[in-house]
Amino acid sequence: MSKCRIPLGPFHPLLEEAEFFNIKVEGEKVVDIEMETGWMHRGHEKISETKTFTQSIFLVERICGICSTSHPFACVNAIEDIDNIEIPERAKYIRVLIGELERIHSHLLWVCLAGHFIGYDTLWMWAWKYREPILQLSEMITGNRNHYAMMRVGGVGRDFDNSLIPKIIPVLDMIEKKMVMLAGAANDDPVLRSRLKGVGVLTKEDAINYCANGPTARASGVDIDVRRDDPTAYEVVDVKVIVTPNGDVYDKLVVRVLEIIESCHIIKQCLKAFEKVQGPIINKVKEISPGEGIGRYEAPRGEVFHYIRSDGSNRPLRHKVRAPSFSNIPTYKASCVGIPLADALITLASVDPCYCCTERSIKAFDINGKKIEHNLLHLSRKKTERLQRELIPKEKSLIDGIFDLSLSR
Amino acid sequence: MAFYNKIIKKSIWVFHVSASPCNNCDIEILDLITPGYDIERFGIKLVGSVRHADVLLVTGIVSHKIAPRIKQLYEQAPKPVFVVGIGTCTVGGATFKQSYNKAGASLDKIIPVNAFIPGCPPKPEAMIDGIVKLLGTLK
Ligand code: SF4
Repeated sequence: MSKCRIPLGPFHPLLEEAEFFNIKVEGEKVVDIEMETGWMHRGHEKISETKTFTQSIFLVERICGICSTSHPFACVNAIEDIDNIEIPERAKYIRVLIGELERIHSHLLWVCLAGHFIGYDTLWMWAWKYREPILQLSEMITGNRNHYAMMRVGGVGRDFDNSLIPKIIPVLDMIEKKMVMLAGAANDDPVLRSRLKGVGVLTKEDAINYCANGPTARASGVDIDVRRDDPTAYEVVDVKVIVTPNGDVYDKLVVRVLEIIESCHIIKQCLKAFEKVQGPIINKVKEISPGEGIGRYEAPRGEVFHYIRSDGSNRPLRHKVRAPSFSNIPTYKASCVGIPLADALITLASVDPCYCCTERSIKAFDINGKKIEHNLLHLSRKKTERLQRELIPKEKSLIDGIFDLSLSR
Repeated sequence: MAFYNKIIKKSIWVFHVSASPCNNCDIEILDLITPGYDIERFGIKLVGSVRHADVLLVTGIVSHKIAPRIKQLYEQAPKPVFVVGIGTCTVGGATFKQSYNKAGASLDKIIPVNAFIPGCPPKPEAMIDGIVKLLGTLK
């Protein structure tokens, strides 16, 4: 059968962000999939070098609007790692609280979009209705619906108001109840089951080979979670990691729904602790000494990784960001090939890709508007050649004489 | 024109263009059409194709890669079309002011803009207010 190429994007009614897929199909079956990114590149890492450490936190917050506390969390972890800064206990609880609130609304967002992708708009509207109270809670606690600006080096920027606890608990109870209902619906609704069960399977081997992380890996039976494995604030609470064996889209839904319930439990532990744990919320940090630090955090989509090098001044010398979708997106190659086109879309969405986080590449144009193909390997070789040319001394030094000697022999 | 304006005021169809934002403004736009704010009450509807759109909601700093596409989208839209820039990104770049990948100082250097709604992200109420004010200017 002849092959046909279906371009999808960059502006497509289904896709929130601008991205481009090149799907090759044979009849109904997807035989190959390629994607082009770089539409969202904003150059955070470069801008970060011109900002102070505290300003960087606000900058990395704007890498992605959905996981807008995961990036600052990893960033402050990296900065604190340079000097082994300890943070007060109350600050730990506040960080966990904000992180888990974000996880709830991010997972709910995925449930909404998944409903939208399989043409089940009722689910979309319902799940969004439950998401709205969480945003309002965030506004009460932090002052903004998204982009909370809570993280600081050495603690958090704003204290938690204990009088809010009675307002938070009913919302959490409501979310928990609705999630149990959703889990029940996923279990016996024939529409959801037939569209999701056995679709887009990512096997455990593939998940490991493609370095998948977060819910994508956990749904394939890989037991990883930074919150438990390398906790930086999460050691104060109990975290139960949810792992399912099958790796299809249905399991990814189950993992996320159960994680929402688990997040509610974690928040309740925090709320209980707030009444007992009082005290400062920030350790004042005067300066950051020269050195390198890494920060990890389990974002709703997987592990986010920040690397910061400091030279003792008040701004980072190098700031590297690796977002979870960066390693989750290539799993498309394993999970999308061989399935019908109609199922491909939900499989593409099932890893909860976030292109805003991922895009660290760029397309450059020269003055005449011609595309400059960037091949990083090529560029780095060119740079090495140029450096070699510049660094090689013009006059022959003593050490060059040795080579001449050996050549002439 | 007056006749057209009278009709468009009753029911505007919006198309959402994400031009390298941080996603947050986009999600807040989706908030508008869901039960919390439900702007379909006012006849405002999100459509899937730019060819059906009366208003383009543009978010984000416009990167070099996406700028030609934005122009193309604007040309494809049936005229008259109104452009609303959502978020501080479209106004002046927000924190990305010094970004090397920014195509213009603000959105109106790339396509004509009728209204800006600043905020990072603007609250859904602010967006509704902005769009309603824009409609108020139609005679
Ligand atoms: S204005 Fe703020 S929230 Fe909106 S896209 Fe820009 S950075 Fe994100």
